[in-house]
Amino acid sequence: MKKYTPYILLFVLIIFPLVVRNSYYQHLMILVLIWVVIGSGWNIIPGYTGQVSFGDAAFFGTGAYTAGLFASKLGMSAWWGMAFGGFAAMAIAFPFGWICFRLRGAYFALASLALNEVCRHVATVWESLTNGMVGILVMPTFVSKIPYYYVALSLAVFSIIFIQSVMKSRWGYYFLSIREDQDAAESLGIDTHYYKMISLNIAAFLTGITGSLFMNYMGFIDPEVVFSLHDISIMAILVGIVGGVGTIYGPVVGAFVMVAVHEFFRTGFLGFFKTLASVTGSDFVNTVAKYVSQAHVLGFGILVVLVILYLPNGIVGDWDKIIGIFTRFKRKGESS
Amino acid sequence: MILFKIENLVKYFGGLAAVNGVSFSVNRGEIFGLIGPNGSGKTTIFNLISNFHKPSGGKIIFKDKDITNLKTNKICRLGIGRTFQVVKPLGRLTVLDNVIASAFLRVHNKTEATKVALETLEFCNLIHRKDDLAKSLPIGERKRLEITRSMATNPDLLLLDETAAGLNPGELDEAIELIKKIRDRGVTIIIVEHIMKVIMTISDRIHAINFGQTIAEGTPEEVANDPAVIEAYLGEEYAHGK
Amino acid sequence: MDVFLQTLVAGILKGGLYSLIGIGMSLIMGVMGIINLAHGQLMMVAMYITFALHHFLGIDPYISLFIAMPALFLLGALIQKYTLNPLLEVESILPENQVLMTVGIGMVLTEIARFIFSSDYKSVKTSYSNATFFIGEISFSIALVIAFFIAVGFTLLMFWFLLKTDIGRSIRATAQDKDAALLMGVNSKRITTITFGLGSALVAAAGTLLIPIYYLFPDIGGPFTRKAFVITILGGLGSTVGAIFGGVTLGLAESFGATYIGMAYDDMIGLIIFILVLLFLPGGFKRLTKV
Ligand SMILES: Nc1ncnc2c1ncn2[C@@H]1O[C@H](COP(=O)(O)OP(=O)(O)OP(=O)(O)O)[C@@H](O)[C@H]1O
Ligand SMILES: [Mg+2]
Repeated sequence: MKKYTPYILLFVLIIFPLVVRNSYYQHLMILVLIWVVIGSGWNIIPGYTGQVSFGDAAFFGTGAYTAGLFASKLGMSAWWGMAFGGFAAMAIAFPFGWICFRLRGAYFALASLALNEVCRHVATVWESLTNGMVGILVMPTFVSKIPYYYVALSLAVFSIIFIQSVMKSRWGYYFLSIREDQDAAESLGIDTHYYKMISLNIAAFLTGITGSLFMNYMGFIDPEVVFSLHDISIMAILVGIVGGVGTIYGPVVGAFVMVAVHEFFRTGFLGFFKTLASVTGSDFVNTVAKYVSQAHVLGFGILVVLVILYLPNGIVGDWDKIIGIFTRFKRKGESS
Repeated sequence: MILFKIENLVKYFGGLAAVNGVSFSVNRGEIFGLIGPNGSGKTTIFNLISNFHKPSGGKIIFKDKDITNLKTNKICRLGIGRTFQVVKPLGRLTVLDNVIASAFLRVHNKTEATKVALETLEFCNLIHRKDDLAKSLPIGERKRLEITRSMATNPDLLLLDETAAGLNPGELDEAIELIKKIRDRGVTIIIVEHIMKVIMTISDRIHAINFGQTIAEGTPEEVANDPAVIEAYLGEEYAHGK
Repeated sequence: MDVFLQTLVAGILKGGLYSLIGIGMSLIMGVMGIINLAHGQLMMVAMYITFALHHFLGIDPYISLFIAMPALFLLGALIQKYTLNPLLEVESILPENQVLMTVGIGMVLTEIARFIFSSDYKSVKTSYSNATFFIGEISFSIALVIAFFIAVGFTLLMFWFLLKTDIGRSIRATAQDKDAALLMGVNSKRITTITFGLGSALVAAAGTLLIPIYYLFPDIGGPFTRKAFVITILGGLGSTVGAIFGGVTLGLAESFGATYIGMAYDDMIGLIIFILVLLFLPGGFKRLTKV
């Protein structure tokens, strides 16, 4: 059964927009797929290579701006970004990794956080190129969401297959060796600096392409959106740790959960609070409802704390543990 | 024929000289013992050779090439394998994957690497553990994994740092057998060991240090009878009635 | 020349407060080996406590020090005890899970503050908020001068504590060598809990001292967390003496940046310093001075 799950999932995803015609749900699914790619990319660095990165937005934003600039500066289609956005992100990742992978642990994490901030500032200040805070607007190519959906799906499937095959190759073994013990890896002839660079560049490439797709799909970007520490870099981390770092399907599950949690809050627990407010007519409940609709960050924060404490390997990594808890529950229920 | 030598190697940690002007050379195909009391600088010498620490002075020559200050991974690639006294298994990988990861140094596809890894596991008599996680092994087998892993990188020179410590007598004989088998494959070995039974039976020559300085070198017999060694090292143990 | 001196003075005064922030962070870094990415958010909590005490009870911010600091000590100790210490026993592939935990805690603190106080800017206006005095042509903000001296006082107190008390010695021992400290019978869980509490109390003091001359909103934590890690890295991770140098350097750099480059670049100055240190002085000031 477990063996077929990916194929069943893929089949469901392929027919999804044909069955669900509601463009709101299609939009959510596109977001999920985008996060699958970003999360999978992020996962390579900490999950497989053991280095925490807070800088995913740098790659995402670079990819997005590459697409945007094709349209705004060259007058070409923003879809060109899909071809070049990944490489543009690598152009950022390369010098960064070269310098900063000499640092270990928390030091590297901080450097990546700084990279994120530097990119955001540069995009804000360099107005002649990026329009600064005004941002870049491109006309969407398609009215329907379906083409975007399939592009996102292809990208997600590609990245999962790609990462899976990398992890079965020499590179994958080297990444894992570095994660498990850097000194041992070096002593076995593994150029840890070089292979950390490779892992970072794979992540940057995938994240950059996704940024370009985001530009095409949303039609608008500005530095606060695509270089956002919270909405991109930290969200990528959340997708990874909630789903489970160091697993192929962790980020897939993580992306579903995170987009769902986000929507759950945005809609005030699926309209629960709104209904409650109108039923009770209470001002207080109304205020709470309004707050809850913006409180997804609180939800994320609590989720981080709980997941790290109780599901340290994420939903996929600790799946057996979760099943265990539920069966124990059931048994308790039966025996009483 | 000399395969490897160090010349006047010096290492300071802060003001303290952990290694202070040690020189020796190792012939091809030899088992070369390096002994000395606790804290005399043996592990530090290994760390200098594989450049985990930068030497404060001196030279390291391997196959007539100066390898001082080459990167750690480069040194392994040139053919110097090592084990760690405090073992460093790739804990959450299986034993087989540990060895595959190191076999990738010489072969570039997975099938070949797996083949080399299985052969090496067989050779080192660890094959029955191949599917277990490295961190689940008892200490004796972890030490054997260290050896297996470095053997999979196909070294010409192998540095063994107390791979027999903590083994029971049965395992000890096995370890001696293994080291001899490795030598018979044409691998030159520098071995650090406290257990006299091991070091005295298998070494061709022994180099003794104390406080980071050479105190004697020669055949096991010569070294065992050297007054400086007896005082610094063996004396201590005899005094404890061992 | 006057502009220069004025900038210098402002920078040093600000640097005193930054040192306080940095020392707290460095203590935590030294003992736990982690970067506390909720540091600025803890300061934000202290600022809201001070704000609320002033707003509802009319308590002067300097008196609030005696409430905000113990409160934050408690909060920090609880965070360490119930969210960070348990992670030492958690088997996880996730690297740096303690650091990521502090990110989550920072988010929670910020959102709770937003829930209670909304996103509006708040400030505490006291009689001395805008008061200044002059020495020659150079003006001194009274509140900032008081803050500076209190900060120096706390810093000295902290060093006395670290050097002269048993707990302080245990903290230093743990920072130097965790395993050795354990062997010597130091209860490392207790030490980490106390350390996180102390770090939080120090940053709480900085927040409370800052509030008469600053404004307050829930997201203020992030920028201060960033300042804190710039200071910590400048000083050399984990060095408390280094943190003082780091704090003053950042204060001066920001002050000169604002005068000679432009106010808008305030946040960027820290980043630029961070990058320069990373490139040219890995190890921070500690490397230069061996302190
Ligand atoms: N990284 C280091 N920093 C500071 N001092 C060190 C370091 N590594 C080793 N030393 C010191 O150098 C000296 C030699 O240590 P080394 O580990 O080489 O001894 P050894 O001969 O291997 O001892 P043992 O038989 O106990 O393994 C010791 O005094 C040790 O404390
Ligand atoms: Mg040793």
